[in-house]
Amino acid sequence: MLSRFAALCTRATLLLGAALLPGCSDGPWNNPNPESPPGLLTYQSVMSPLPPKHLDPALSYAADESLFLMQIYEPPMGYHYLKRPYELLPLGVEDFPLISYTNAAGEPVDPDTEAVAFSVYEMTVRADARYQPHPAFALDDQGNPRYRFTDPAAGRQYRQISDFPELGSRPVAANDYAYAIKRLADPFNASPMLGFMAQYIVGMEAFSERLKDIPRDGWVNLDQYRMDGLEVVDERTFRITIKGRYPQFSYWLAMHFFSPIAPEVDRFFHNPGFLDRNLTLDWWPVGSGPFMMVKNDPNSEIVLERNPNFREDYFPTEGAPGDAEQGRLADAGKRLPLIDRAVFRLEKEVLSLWTKFLQGYYDRSGESHGNTNRVFDQAFVVGPDGVELGAELAEHGITVAPDVKPAIYYYGFNMRDPVLGGYSEERRKLRRALQIAFDTEEYLNIFYKGNGIPAQSPIPPGIPGFVEGEAGINPYVYDWVDGAPQRKSIAHAKQLLAEAGYPNGRDARTGEPLKIFIDVQSQAISSTSMNWMDRAFGRIGVQVEYRPADWNRTREKLLTGNTQIFSHGWLADYPDPENFLFLLYGPESPLICQCDGANNASYERPEYDELFRQMRVLPPGTERDALVARMVELYREDAVWLFGYYPKDIYLNNPWVHNNKRHGISKNTLKYVRIDDELRERKREEWNQPVIWPLYAMSALLIALLLPGVIAYRRRLRATARQ
Amino acid sequence: MFAYIVRRLLYAIPILIGVNLLTFTLFFVVNSPDDMAASQLGDKYVTPEAIANWKQKNGYDKPLFLNSQAAGVGQVTDTIFFDKSVRLFAFDFGRSESGRDITTDVATRMWPSLAVALPTFLVGIGVNICVALMVVMFRGTRLDRGAVFVFVALMSISYLFYIIGGQFLVAKTWRLVPISGFHTEGQVWKFLVLPVLVGVVAGIGAGARWYRTLFLEEANQDYVRTARAKGCSELSILFRHILPNALIPILTGVVVLIPSLFMGSLLIESFFGIPGLGSYMLDAINSQDFAIVRSMVFIGSILYIVGLLLTDISYTWADPRVRLS
Amino acid sequence: MKPVLLWSDALIFLLVISLALFFWRLRHDPQTRERWAEVFSSRLGMVAFTIIAAYILVALLDSLHFRRALENPESLATQEVFYDNKVSSVFDVLTGGMGDRFERTYSAPFALLSFEKENIKDASGRDIRDFPPLRHAGQHLAHPDERTADILVKSVSALLWGLLLCALVITPQWLLLRGSALPWAASWLTQGVILCAGAWTVSISHHYHILGTDQGGADVLYQSLKGIRTGVLLGTLATLVMLPIAVTLGVMAGYFKGWVDDVVQYLYTTLSSIPGILLIAASVLLFQVYIDLNPDFFAVGMEKADAKFIALCFILGVTSWSTLCRLIRAETLKISQLGYVQAAHAFGVSHSRILGRHVLPNVVHIILITFVLDFSALVLAEAVLSYIGVGVDPSMGSWGNMINGARSELSREPTIWWTLTGAFFFMFILVLAANLFSDLVRDAFDPRTSLRRAEA
Repeated sequence: MLSRFAALCTRATLLLGAALLPGCSDGPWNNPNPESPPGLLTYQSVMSPLPPKHLDPALSYAADESLFLMQIYEPPMGYHYLKRPYELLPLGVEDFPLISYTNAAGEPVDPDTEAVAFSVYEMTVRADARYQPHPAFALDDQGNPRYRFTDPAAGRQYRQISDFPELGSRPVAANDYAYAIKRLADPFNASPMLGFMAQYIVGMEAFSERLKDIPRDGWVNLDQYRMDGLEVVDERTFRITIKGRYPQFSYWLAMHFFSPIAPEVDRFFHNPGFLDRNLTLDWWPVGSGPFMMVKNDPNSEIVLERNPNFREDYFPTEGAPGDAEQGRLADAGKRLPLIDRAVFRLEKEVLSLWTKFLQGYYDRSGESHGNTNRVFDQAFVVGPDGVELGAELAEHGITVAPDVKPAIYYYGFNMRDPVLGGYSEERRKLRRALQIAFDTEEYLNIFYKGNGIPAQSPIPPGIPGFVEGEAGINPYVYDWVDGAPQRKSIAHAKQLLAEAGYPNGRDARTGEPLKIFIDVQSQAISSTSMNWMDRAFGRIGVQVEYRPADWNRTREKLLTGNTQIFSHGWLADYPDPENFLFLLYGPESPLICQCDGANNASYERPEYDELFRQMRVLPPGTERDALVARMVELYREDAVWLFGYYPKDIYLNNPWVHNNKRHGISKNTLKYVRIDDELRERKREEWNQPVIWPLYAMSALLIALLLPGVIAYRRRLRATARQ
Repeated sequence: MFAYIVRRLLYAIPILIGVNLLTFTLFFVVNSPDDMAASQLGDKYVTPEAIANWKQKNGYDKPLFLNSQAAGVGQVTDTIFFDKSVRLFAFDFGRSESGRDITTDVATRMWPSLAVALPTFLVGIGVNICVALMVVMFRGTRLDRGAVFVFVALMSISYLFYIIGGQFLVAKTWRLVPISGFHTEGQVWKFLVLPVLVGVVAGIGAGARWYRTLFLEEANQDYVRTARAKGCSELSILFRHILPNALIPILTGVVVLIPSLFMGSLLIESFFGIPGLGSYMLDAINSQDFAIVRSMVFIGSILYIVGLLLTDISYTWADPRVRLS
Repeated sequence: MKPVLLWSDALIFLLVISLALFFWRLRHDPQTRERWAEVFSSRLGMVAFTIIAAYILVALLDSLHFRRALENPESLATQEVFYDNKVSSVFDVLTGGMGDRFERTYSAPFALLSFEKENIKDASGRDIRDFPPLRHAGQHLAHPDERTADILVKSVSALLWGLLLCALVITPQWLLLRGSALPWAASWLTQGVILCAGAWTVSISHHYHILGTDQGGADVLYQSLKGIRTGVLLGTLATLVMLPIAVTLGVMAGYFKGWVDDVVQYLYTTLSSIPGILLIAASVLLFQVYIDLNPDFFAVGMEKADAKFIALCFILGVTSWSTLCRLIRAETLKISQLGYVQAAHAFGVSHSRILGRHVLPNVVHIILITFVLDFSALVLAEAVLSYIGVGVDPSMGSWGNMINGARSELSREPTIWWTLTGAFFFMFILVLAANLFSDLVRDAFDPRTSLRRAEA
């Protein structure tokens, strides 16, 4: 009996122990990655912290979704990988768009005249652009689409794209680009671009109206309907007509919204019953880019593989100054992509993500911004002399390439606020005093590890209009001392505050302490940073109250102007100052446009608005630069934002990953990544030797616990017997 | 017996309606359909038309509970509540706000949850019973009191510490198993070792203490004294008399938990990156995906009711004197 | 100085007063006396009780809030007094300003230098990058090497003060209670240890950060101590708010039976069938919206955080009342079958009288047991809820928030372990004491010890 009991207990421990022992696997025990198919060079990465919601180029408007879309689709335009400032290049089309201008009657006119009513963009699709192999293109013997079902039962056996045995492909046609734009206009798709683009593309609004009344039962062939601003000239040439002049339109053409969509693919995904099995275009993108999606499991991973039909594309042979010296041109002239497969695994917990990266199971830190960076930027400090890595990281040979991304995070004042808002000299001084008191440099050092640059204007580095050096500082907040900007003193802030009618932070008339209210997003702020801000403003005697709320509530407050100080951020869609300065354009205020406007500070200054209207239609040049400089000056004079900073985007790279230069705008950089597989295997082996002694220690402990029990039991048994 | 089960199942219907009404009310006090649309559509350029569109497409363009515009029964049936909850009873959970089919997701995510929860449950019971039996052998001694103290101490540590500590030591410092993850190709077990271990260790305190109480209760019964008087050995008393009799409360106590194993564990799954129903729920809460929350509440309630039913049935099975009526 | 009475302050003091009255009334009841004597007759019970009492004392001291007056500048004509928007408590004063000594950012326990490099000027005025010295640690040392000796010396003097304190506190107790049969010595020993530790902590914290500092440079030990109030209040108030509902419904269901019973059973089955976490999350979000829509209700941020806290207590209470309700219903069913209750019925005694005289007093032990049992579960639940993001307000110190914040710190190199340690230690001690005590209470008050709870 005793043996049975003991056996039971030991068996349980043995089972546990056996589970812990290595047994069958070779390689490190803790490898969390599944075996990748032999012969395919696989890049291991992470999607974090949430899987993408939309992968339909017409629907998606999020950076982490764009990360996938831009590997799979090729929009008409793209960016040079290495060159800075950012340089636009033709990607899906042969050459830059041919722009011609016409007047209201449609007759060609000189671009510089007032008569310009329309701009026509003409583009020719690359001859070698072909779609990835996909069942939607598969044809049967009669040349009809192979997979077209009339009732849901017919296609029931297909649950994944990989379940379809027959595949096909075809070259990209001009009509596919037109079709994609029509999808943007289709109200049924509810594209986030519709409202904005309809302001520019001729006929988009009417097209959208027209389609509202079309009955929806399955697929609607958008080719049947005409959009005035779209013209398919021949198999490979198409034209887009936009209203007036809008030089930034070329930049929009580099976004995934304008990627070609084959109508037969759209038709394919509208097969009856496909929706119920998540077979949708929103889930399975089909494009002509360097990669194609082979697995999409939002619960665990997304897998991309090299598109065998990808056109001939080569690593650039020239880069920005310094790129050659830093070895960034080592792969110049090589055929792209340089890897065969990319796996993006879902990772939510920071400890796991970080540990796996350190163990070498992720090749580099996450692609997307947001939470990922908040983990990885804890790993190092950006000091004045560059990046300072921790000991373990340095030993691993991990490299860091921080790059300022064209984005700005800021806390803005509500310019209509009765206490802080307004344009009188007192109010400006009050806001400036607060600006000085908020020590942005210290804030970034403590909470972002120095991984950002204090903003002197709304325009980040790398964008025309950004001025470096002494000329570029905000003279109301900074002094130029010893070749570096230095924040003005607290004494100066106090003096400004006194001049504004709040000596020592107390209202000169009533004696009431000045209390400011900051609306924060509850997930985005920690109590430590609130404490820090309390102390920062406490130095000039100002009290702070926080009004945390979730994103929906915060958004509502911004739309109704029910806020005093709010936090916001803007990630550039394209590298043009217009994309930042419009954050202060009066008519963009949500209170004026009654829409989700971007000017949340409700900054209204007629001079600024007039300058903005002029600047928007000007081509780049000195004239435009002067306007931009004046607008920045107005912004500084009125002290519209409490503080702002340009975040830095980083890749932390394991030593076997090459070509890590980060592109601030373009996401289709995966094709440039190169991996040294041999080094990776070696390092992984080296870094992941398990520590065995705890196993022995645990077993010993278990025995030590069991043994006295057994002995004591035996003694007791004998004792009972003797009685 | 059969009639009893049918009656209990019918009784479940008003409960499920109540559950649904409650979640629905709670959720829509927090979130208007406009909010849902805005958060689903993303951050930039959300126009009122886009919101109206989304609402129409996803069936949120009706009144919540009462449609005063409709006539007759339509006042109640032509509403979001009726639309959305009637389907639940046919186990058609519809699509999540992000467009995924919830039934498919639940069906696939159930298995990883089970893969973790079931071993944790079984190994946990085994280990706890072993430990408790050992302690009961020494009842009344100093060893027993010491063991109970250790149990209480183990109970007093937050679950979060077990997880964080386990990950930090076993996976990060000792590199014995992957720190998190889950995939079915290849060796699934190596992802399960740590979560199961953490789950079992975290459960020892409370579990072993409970079993010990049960065993002690039986050990104080008259029949045990009689058996001892007859000269039965201590071991045979333990295994022949105490264990089988204590099994009744054990069985009825754990049966209620079995259905909920399908739901998985919120914390374990999200820390260990296991794509089960627990992390599904957590994500849904965080992204305020009402369709998923509603479905999971519904499933959870059904499982709970099934658990109660199973408990009743297990009573009759374990103790023939009990009759269900 | 202007006293501030937060809702939670009022509730906790109300609770303490009513508990005191309750026991005062019961002091002559021989049965109750006997049971309590049983609880306190073990040394373990004494120690556990003393620890819990110490935690409660800290929580009470930390619940005496006030706002400091701002000094009016001389230029100001008005005589009106204005107050700081930061709320302090008596406990803050007693810790000797432990929470006011901020560093720039992280620093390790007893460290003299910051945990992170910074641009500083060296002796010759050049810019270098090094670990800067802390502002509030070891300022008095001439040389860093003296630290260990200094800590020892300071500890000895602090302990002497502690012993003096012990003498002051324990002597009167000894004079009063020396004849008692209960093991008071165990309690005195615990009190002594706690007092000495307290004296040591306060005195050393003037010169060092005992548990280091967090990212914003705040003292971690102070934060852990602030977590005590949150933990204790949550553990008691959540049960307190659910008591009236659970008792009323449970007694009614068990006593009146029939449709009342059906309705109550329906209510608690429905509520308990919803996965608790989902219900709590939804309710917490709900209240958050209410606060957002009515920002003017609360003058200072602390009141807002406090309102959220009370709401959380309510929500936890409401979602967990079904267990108690079920137990009370069952007990009432049993009691109402008893002969003397039936007899009272027959004599036409009114319902309210039967309920008040016969039923209620006999379910009190169930309430008591639930109260002590739930306490530790609630303290633990707080940490989990904070992890999910539906816990107490981030501006309110709590162990859950500390753990939540410390998760990413563990992934740093070198690891920042002290935040987690601080939260772990204080939480563990409280929960352990509460668990031990509740065991004894249960053994004493529930002779059948048949109150089984499926541990989830």
